[in-house]
Amino acid sequence: MNFLEIFKESWRSLKANKLRSLLTTLGVIIGVAAVIVMIAISAGTEATIAESIYSLGSNLVFISSSFSRVGPNQGPQPQQGGLVYDDVAAIREKVKGVTGATVDQQASVTVRYNSTTLDGVTLIGTTPDYPTVRGLEVASGRYFNETELERAQKVAVLGKTIAQNLFGESDPIGQSIMVNKTRLTVIGVMAEKGLVGGTDFDQLIYTPIKVVFQKFTPSQFARFMGDRVRQITVSVDPKANLDDVVQQINLLLATRHGVTLDSPDFSIRTQADIVKAREETTQTFRNLLIWVASVSLIVGGIGIMNIMLVSVSERTREIGLRQALGATPWDIHLQFLTEALMLSLVGGVIGMLAGIGGSFLFGKLSEMRTVIVPSAIGLAFGSAALVGIFFGFLPARRAAMLDPIVALRHE
Amino acid sequence: MDTPLIIQTISLKKFYGAGETQVIALAGIDLEIHQGELVAVMGPSGSGKSTLLNILACLDQPSEGHYYLNGTDVSSLNRTELAFIRSSKLGMVFQSYNLLPRLTALENVMLPLFYRRENRLSPAQNRERAIAALDIVGLSGRTHHYPNQLSGGQQQRVAIARALINNPVLILADEPTGNLDSHASAEIMELFQQLHEQGRTILIVTHEHEVADQTERILTLRDGALVSDHSNGKSRKSERPSSQPAVEVPHELS
Ligand SMILES: Nc1ncnc2c1ncn2[C@@H]1O[C@H](COP(=O)(O)OP(=O)(O)OP(=O)(O)O)[C@@H](O)[C@H]1O
Ligand SMILES: [Mg+2]
Repeated sequence: MNFLEIFKESWRSLKANKLRSLLTTLGVIIGVAAVIVMIAISAGTEATIAESIYSLGSNLVFISSSFSRVGPNQGPQPQQGGLVYDDVAAIREKVKGVTGATVDQQASVTVRYNSTTLDGVTLIGTTPDYPTVRGLEVASGRYFNETELERAQKVAVLGKTIAQNLFGESDPIGQSIMVNKTRLTVIGVMAEKGLVGGTDFDQLIYTPIKVVFQKFTPSQFARFMGDRVRQITVSVDPKANLDDVVQQINLLLATRHGVTLDSPDFSIRTQADIVKAREETTQTFRNLLIWVASVSLIVGGIGIMNIMLVSVSERTREIGLRQALGATPWDIHLQFLTEALMLSLVGGVIGMLAGIGGSFLFGKLSEMRTVIVPSAIGLAFGSAALVGIFFGFLPARRAAMLDPIVALRHE
Repeated sequence: MDTPLIIQTISLKKFYGAGETQVIALAGIDLEIHQGELVAVMGPSGSGKSTLLNILACLDQPSEGHYYLNGTDVSSLNRTELAFIRSSKLGMVFQSYNLLPRLTALENVMLPLFYRRENRLSPAQNRERAIAALDIVGLSGRTHHYPNQLSGGQQQRVAIARALINNPVLILADEPTGNLDSHASAEIMELFQQLHEQGRTILIVTHEHEVADQTERILTLRDGALVSDHSNGKSRKSERPSSQPAVEVPHELS
């Protein structure tokens, strides 16, 4: 018997029980579809995470002050060590492969222009290379420069939404706005950026960080901390070796702060580190979902085994006849195995279509994004085939082992 | 004897079970059947007719003794080797036809071709062959009918066409007319006669004297033993060896 004939024979006997065959494959259909949808959802989530992190600018290294030596229940104590403003300039000058280093210090402020007042606006004190590092663009006017930073000149660059809310259609450049009790001159408006990683960049007001140090330190505590900074963001030349740059920064800051690398007062993370950390939190959930999907595939396989056993006992006489006509045990085995495989492959194809359609629909109808992963389709389909072979084996073996005389006498 | 031996058995025995409850289904059968013979096997129920036929059909193995089919000792072959023998040398006809209901007459006839090992033919040649076989049994007009669209006699003729398809050296039939009325039985026996005239070797197990009477040689079994080997005289080719003793009259069966 050649394979084409076996395939035809198997197809014919499955067709003889269309509804039953279809119901049997339901488990496999659901399993395969579930695997594809689950993987599409988690790939979508990962893509969203990575995108939000990478859209802050590319090839970034984040350095944070660490408060690891703070005792329990004492809160973030003013402490010796940690990042200071001068570290920014040092990194920019001394570390090879760095294209920019910036820092931001934020304050919540009230902004007033003529009769318009906006409460709870985030004022962000930075350095001139902030737009470069963070991938922002100036739409009109200009960003502040090094001189304005050093002299703590009272200038402001507005996010797009803030500019619209305060000035409407009129040109904000050259106008003065009241920020808390300080008057700032608007020198530029940023291009639209939108919501990235939880921050709406269009709702920010940018000003030299020294202005923030002098005028907007929100509390006694922060004032006490002086020119300490929370986080330094460094952009790295794409051609440079990232690990090497990180190591240089480590050594530089350790020397500057007089700490050893075993117990540093800062920590360095790359974007990849952050993506990984965020993904790890979704990993557990995703693994659980994939487990559930696999279990439904196995349940589908048991369904196939069950129906194949029924089929073998229903067709005992047919098996006996085929043996009498010259079928070897292997011929019979192959035929029933092929039937089981076909059941699971038909389920696999339907499940695949359902999975692709389901992923697509889910992405459309819910907040979550889905990304259809071709290898997941292959994986799901391959597991369906394996399930067919695995769970088809026992029924096929049972059929092949039938004694032709007993089988022929079977009613 | 110038025609070759198709079947030769030497003290063929078959036991079922062991010890106290052991059943001796065949108690040592010595049998020779030559090419071209049309033989009937008779005997009371339980005398071992089906057991013998199953062994001759290579569906079963003797407990003791030897069975030479067409010169090959098949008494100790494994299941796969027996399947090869069934495929290449034997044609089987059953009391209940055993056609697959979801296949047409033509497809049923072609079924044994799937399991052929040697000299496999193209699908077109297979079809041709099956049509020719249906033509021999007089059903060339029914190729695309399903078994449930055929009468019992027609179904049995499809089964005979199926038995012929691999051009077997031996055709074995277990009560082929058992489910048929006398008219259909006569037609089937007519067909066997015709095949016999073409030189085929045929062995038929039957309960019916009308059937047995149309063969040239009648074997009678009782309690697993061959109690009579009776030449019918109706032989159309009287090549029966005269040395064969015709011991008993088979008509004593009630
Ligand atoms: N699988 C088996 N297990 C045990 N005993 C069996 C088995 N098959 C047959 N026998 C016994 O072997 C003997 C011969 O049975 P067999 O079927 O050959 O008889 P038969 O001549 O074909 O009868 P019938 O005319 O009723 O078909 C019987 O006594 C039967 O009970
Ligand atoms: Mg019988």
